[in-house]
This record gives sequence, structure tokens and C-alpha cells, in this order.
Amino acid sequence: MRYETVIGLEVHIELATESKIFCSCSAKFGGEQNDHVCPACCGMPGMLPIVNRHVVDLGMTAGLMLNCHINRTTTFDKKSYYYPDLPCSYQTTQWFAPVAVNGLVEIETSKGKKGIRIKQIHMEEDAGKLVHDDWTDTTLVDFNRTSVPLCEIVSQPDLSSAEEVVAYLERLRSLLRFAKVSDCRMEQGSMRCDVNLSVRPEGSTKLGVRTEMKNMNSLSAIVRAIEYETARHIDAIENGTEELVQETRRWDDVKGKSYAMRSKETAGDYRYFPDPNIMPVVIDDAWFDGIKASLPEFPEIKRARYTGEYGLSDYDAGLLTESRAFCDCFEDALAVCGSAKEVANWLISDVMNILNKRQLTVDELAIDGKALGALIKLCMDGTVQRGNAKKILTAMFDETITDPEAYAKEHGFIVSNDTGAMDEVVTRIVASDPKSVADFKGGKEKALMALFGKCMKELKGNCDPQKLRERLLAEINK
Amino acid sequence: MLYIQKFDAADNAVALDDMILTTDSTTTAGSKMLANYTSLFEAEVVTKLKAAGYAIAGKANVGEFGLDLMGETSHFGPVEADGKLVGAPAAILASEPVKAVVCFDVNGAPRRMAALSDALFVKPTYGTVSRYGTIPAACSGETVGVMARNADDAAEILAAIMGHDDKDGTSLPAEKCKLGEAAPVKKIAVVGDLTAGTDADMAAKVDAAKASLAASGIEVAEIDCSVMAAAKTAWGILMSAELCNNVSRYDGVKFGHRTENYTNIDELYTNSRTEAFGMLTKTTILYGSETLSTENYMKVYDKAMRVRRVIVEAFADIFAEFDAVLVPAASKCALTADDDAFDEAFYTAPASITGLPAVAAKGVQLVGRAFSEATLLSLAKVL
Repeated sequence: MRYETVIGLEVHIELATESKIFCSCSAKFGGEQNDHVCPACCGMPGMLPIVNRHVVDLGMTAGLMLNCHINRTTTFDKKSYYYPDLPCSYQTTQWFAPVAVNGLVEIETSKGKKGIRIKQIHMEEDAGKLVHDDWTDTTLVDFNRTSVPLCEIVSQPDLSSAEEVVAYLERLRSLLRFAKVSDCRMEQGSMRCDVNLSVRPEGSTKLGVRTEMKNMNSLSAIVRAIEYETARHIDAIENGTEELVQETRRWDDVKGKSYAMRSKETAGDYRYFPDPNIMPVVIDDAWFDGIKASLPEFPEIKRARYTGEYGLSDYDAGLLTESRAFCDCFEDALAVCGSAKEVANWLISDVMNILNKRQLTVDELAIDGKALGALIKLCMDGTVQRGNAKKILTAMFDETITDPEAYAKEHGFIVSNDTGAMDEVVTRIVASDPKSVADFKGGKEKALMALFGKCMKELKGNCDPQKLRERLLAEINK
Repeated sequence: MLYIQKFDAADNAVALDDMILTTDSTTTAGSKMLANYTSLFEAEVVTKLKAAGYAIAGKANVGEFGLDLMGETSHFGPVEADGKLVGAPAAILASEPVKAVVCFDVNGAPRRMAALSDALFVKPTYGTVSRYGTIPAACSGETVGVMARNADDAAEILAAIMGHDDKDGTSLPAEKCKLGEAAPVKKIAVVGDLTAGTDADMAAKVDAAKASLAASGIEVAEIDCSVMAAAKTAWGILMSAELCNNVSRYDGVKFGHRTENYTNIDELYTNSRTEAFGMLTKTTILYGSETLSTENYMKVYDKAMRVRRVIVEAFADIFAEFDAVLVPAASKCALTADDDAFDEAFYTAPASITGLPAVAAKGVQLVGRAFSEATLLSLAKVL
């Protein structure tokens, strides 16, 4: 018999806010343990939750990017369970009226295009972290991550293979990074995934017994886990190797196996109820329209525009549209200098080189696009030599340079129109190096480059190379 | 014990009940769980009192998490006279040179204490006094109020603590958080369904109040409003659910009482809580936990929320004709630790569940329209 796998995903993403969801503590990753903590996010009595408006902005943005309906009145609810990393013993989440519902995400795999329905997106607070110390056999709690805002994106069980799951997660990551909702870094835990999986005979409409694997945080592990679970389910159905039960399982990526954690019967009742301290959040037209207007173009639309409107190659357009930061920089620079091809070249070669050298990701590009445009313009009109322009570009990564021309002046990087200075240097260098002159005249082309280099160095690169070459040849052949 | 902690303060200082957080003393909520708990921040009402020039006289003993009748469940012992409950705030007003005691009204205890003594308690409209820095028990209805010897003192202190607070998401806009002017009162309703079940002493108090009001030219009329009797059960459900959730943070992990008797995390939770919570709190937790279960949520908790709306509407109907509702503060004029807090909430729950303002004195309460605190305080003068 042939079987099909039915998969639904719950994806948690950490929202890119400065502060936590209900207090003003930093929401940044890292820091010393319990550095980003206040009485509110470590559960002390008497603090009342005040909703961070930016969290709702991002929840709405995520909803709109995934084609959801936005609930214009959205509520926060309490979910109760005891665990030491949850300081209040309840998590504030959205249960009764989540911010976004009924969305659709289109994915593309080797089998073509497919729509994956989104059930809902809700906002909630993250829990802390337990740190086990084997040496002293104690467990300590780090509350830095408590109340860091999350969105949970719940799909319908529309996925049917590991390939589709990967395509879906990559699509989510691309859309949400583009909209600056989250950096979606699985390795840092800012994107995590629970996989709900069941297996049924092909063509059947009845769902099989479902198991859930929690907190998966790498695509490769997800692929392996789905393949393992699918095989385990089929084996159980075909050969009766075990009885399948609805349960939560833990995936051990090292051993390549999943293990039962807890079954549905023993799972706690979360006792959801509306948080009386948080009034329903009402999203009025002005708020909704503002978020709608701020949505970015989808990456594939941008890519098409870059090739069509600006004549970039599909390859270059693809590279640029991998990251919102690159697109923003590209568009800002283009508005200043007017040459899409030049800007694309600078970004794809020079800027990418610097990022690689510094081990930065494309999303970490932080230079001012307008300044880059101004620099490219200076280069295009010959005011600054390309070599010097690269030096200015490198400096842009270390300091804020909004006016490259002023910077170039200050550092002596402006091409001089003073032919007297060039004449003087060329005459002196040619006179001081008769050997190279003789070599060149004897047919060694390289000797000219040596002389050229010496002159360029004397002139600090601030001359038109074409003119310098002409002047040098004239001097040698005098 | 009257005070959990007492400070050197001038005459006319203000005491706080021990549900209100201060940084220079413990705040216990009357519970062994928080017997050694000192807050890192102070309540907004404390900040406001200090800013208005009042000194803090001390922290008055309270019943555990404010759930009980009149402080009888405090870990530090009840305050009684001749076997009858008095409550620390009322006893402090009777014997100490404080101007007022600022109390947290969770389940009517301060109203009962005032009405059954010579004091007066004003519970302002929900959202007009910040709850920032109060130990949470039943957030959807609990309110900071003022117990004083007379209406003028209560009004003075209430005016000092009212005000909008950005740190409290349920705080109303600034223009609503003001002690307004007293409005003229023509008619007062007595809800027959809420005067049932009182003993002869209390019935006499209600009659005396009616007579005093009538003597000052106010028409007092008896009306029926059977839904008011449902407030007790509905509030019991909401309060229990919220209390259960709010005290779940006391797990022995971070602060508060931690058992010495544990070998794993479940024992740490169970034993810490078993040792530190009193019987009423435990009962309320169990009750609340049940009302929120998946099985019961719709038929119990959600229904209680709907009853809350019906009662709000019933009051609105009454206030279309009447200026206030007269309600007994308790079933009798002397309560003991053997009486039942959930039962006595029959009289206090209508104002708790709706967030309407109430003034309690001389055995009775007057419940008024939202923002009618000044009117209710002026009425208290004629009782």
C-alpha cells in the first residue's frame, strides 16, 4: 500500500523588537545571565503587563505578509502550567482572538507550486532557560529570554513531505525577514518549529494518529526527523511493530531517533482564560492602514522589477533580493547615483567582499545606501579614483559617513586636475629610474606598470589613470 | 497583630494594608508564603501618598490574599474583640492616630470591617486608582480604597491616590480618575433580593439607614432584582479562577517560602505551597482550577463572565431611576472566624463584580453609578 504523510507546523519566531513584550527590558539575544530582567519579567507580584505596541505592529505585519485576515480586536489570554523557567507559572499568549487568522503561503518544490493554509498567527511571550550544572547537580534559571516577544505561526496540515516543509520554512523566513518581523535564525533559536505528523493510506481522507516533535531548530534535523517518523508510523501500521499513540516526542538528531516525551492523556490542562489586566487591543483604521502601507514588496516581485526595470541579470537580481538590507541599500544608492548596474556591481563584489571578510551576514549590512550612492557617483564622474573609493567604502563599515565627498577631501582622495603636479611627478620618476625606462623600450611591458605604480603612489591615487598613462608614455618617448 | 510592620510617623499619617507593596518593609499579603518578601518597587498609591506629603504609618495585617471575611486567615493571626472579628485596619483606626488606612478590596473585607465598626470605607470605581504594586488576587474586580473615621478624611486621602497610571493597563483616562463633586440625590433603591438572609441586628441597621436617608428628604424604595443574588456565585468563580492563576507564581523557585523537604521539582512545588498557603487560599485555588478546566470553562467561567455583564446591565437599569442602591454589608453585625467568606460575599460581590463604587458604613453599603464616589461619601454623612 502507498502512504501519504500529513504534516502541520507550528513555527515560533522571535520578533525583532528592542524591548520585551510587557516591560522595557532588552529583548536582545545574549548578555550575562539574568541581565535583561526586571520585576515584571521575573514574575514578582504587583507588576502589570503593558503591551508593547511594536509587538502588535509586527504581529500584524506577519499576518499581512502571509495573506491572513487581521482580527481588528485581538486579546491576550493566560495559559497556565508549572515549569521553573516560566516565572509566573502562566504564559501570556493569544487563545480566544489571535491577531491573524486564515492565511495562505505559496511554496514551490520539484513538484510545482502549492498553497499552504495558515490557521492562525498569535503573539505570546517566550519562557526563560534552565541551565543544568552537572558538577554541582543543580539547575539554575536564566530569565533573560522570559517575555521576549514571539509569534507562533500555525499551519493547517497541508504539508506532505520534508521537501515541502523545507520550502515552507524557507518561504516564511524570506517573507518575515523581508518585512523585518524577525531575523529568523534557527541556530540562535529565533525560529523554532514543532512538527505535527501523521500517516494515512494514499487517497484516504481520515487522518492517522498524530505525533508532535517539539523545538526543532535546524532544517537538516527537521528533514531527518520527518523521514524517521514517517517510516516509524508506516512500520507500525504495516507490521504492527508498536501501537501509535497521540503524543509529544523528542528528536535526538545525534542518534537519529525520536523518543516519547508525554502522551495526550497525561498532558496538562492549560486552563486558558482572558488576561483581565490587558484590555482587548483594538486596531483602528489608521493603525491598520499604516502597517499595510509599510509592507515591503515581496522578494520575487522585486527581483522581477530589478531585471525588467533596471536591466540587471536574473542572477544579480536574485543575489540582491535575498536580503531586505541589500534591497534597501540598492534602492537608496540607485536614487542618488542613477546607475543600477554600477550599484549592483559595487554591492555584489565590493560590499559582499567586506561582509565576508568580517564574517557578517547580508542582513547585517548597515551602511547608508544614500552615502554609497554618493560615493559611486563620485567614482563615476572621476572625482575619486576607484581604489580610493574602495578605501572610503571600507571606512563606511567602521564609522558613519554620510558625505563621502567631504570625507574624500579630508583624506586627500580627490582626483587632482592640477596637470603641473602630474608633470612634475612623471618627470622626476622617469628621470630617477632609467633602468625601467630602458626595459620598457626594450619591449618589457611590465616595466611601464612599475613606473605607473610609482607615479600613482606619489600622487596618492588622485589622478585619472588614462591621463597618467598618456603622460608617462609621452615622457618616456620624449 | 495590628501591624505587620510599624514605622515612626507623625500623627495623621496613613497606614497601608499589607497587600500594598512598599520597599522599606515586607509585604506579606497575610501569607506565610510571603512572610519575608520585600518588594523591589513600591505601589503607585504609596508614591502618590508620599508626593502628597503623607507619611506611612505602617503595614496593617490582612487576611491571606484579601479573600476572607475580615482578616481571620492571616498567617499572623486575626484581630478580634470578644470573639468577634474586627480586622486590623478597623482596629488601627479605633486605637491609633492614623488618618486613614489604604486597603485593597479583593472580596469585600475592608467594606465589612468598616461597616461593622465605627469606620467608613470607600471603594472607588474600578480603574480610577492604580493597582500597580498591589499583590494580585482577583484582578478584574479588586480595587484600592480608603478606610477612615469619617467621609471627609476618606475623601481627602482618596483624592490623593486617584489618578491615571500608565503602568496599569486598566487605568482609566486622567479625566475619569478624579474625585468629582457630590450630585444631589433624590431616590435610593433597596434591592429586596439582597436584604434577604440578614439577621435581626442587621435588618435593624438597614432600617436605620433607610430612616436616616428618608429623614434627609431622600425617597427610599424597595425593588426586586433577582439577578443581583447571582453576583455571589459569579464573583466567586471569577475571583477563584484569577486567584488560582495569580498565586501560581509562588512556587518556591524564585522567592517566597521554599520547603526544606524536597528531592525533585514536583516536591518543591507541592510541599512549598502545601506548607505556606492557608486553607481558604487552598480551597480557592482548587475551586478556581476546576472552573478553568477545558471541561468547565464554557459552562462555568464563561457563564460567570456573562452573568457579570447581566449584572452591569441590571445596575444600569436601576440607575436610570435611582441614584444609589442600599445593600447590607454582611448577614449580621458580628462575624466570627466560623462564618463563610464565600457566603458573606453575597452582599459585597455586586460592587466587586461590576467595579462600581461603594461606600460602607454603619452596617450597610451604598453602591452608586461609576464615578459617583463624592456623591456616595456625601450620602454616608447622613447615614
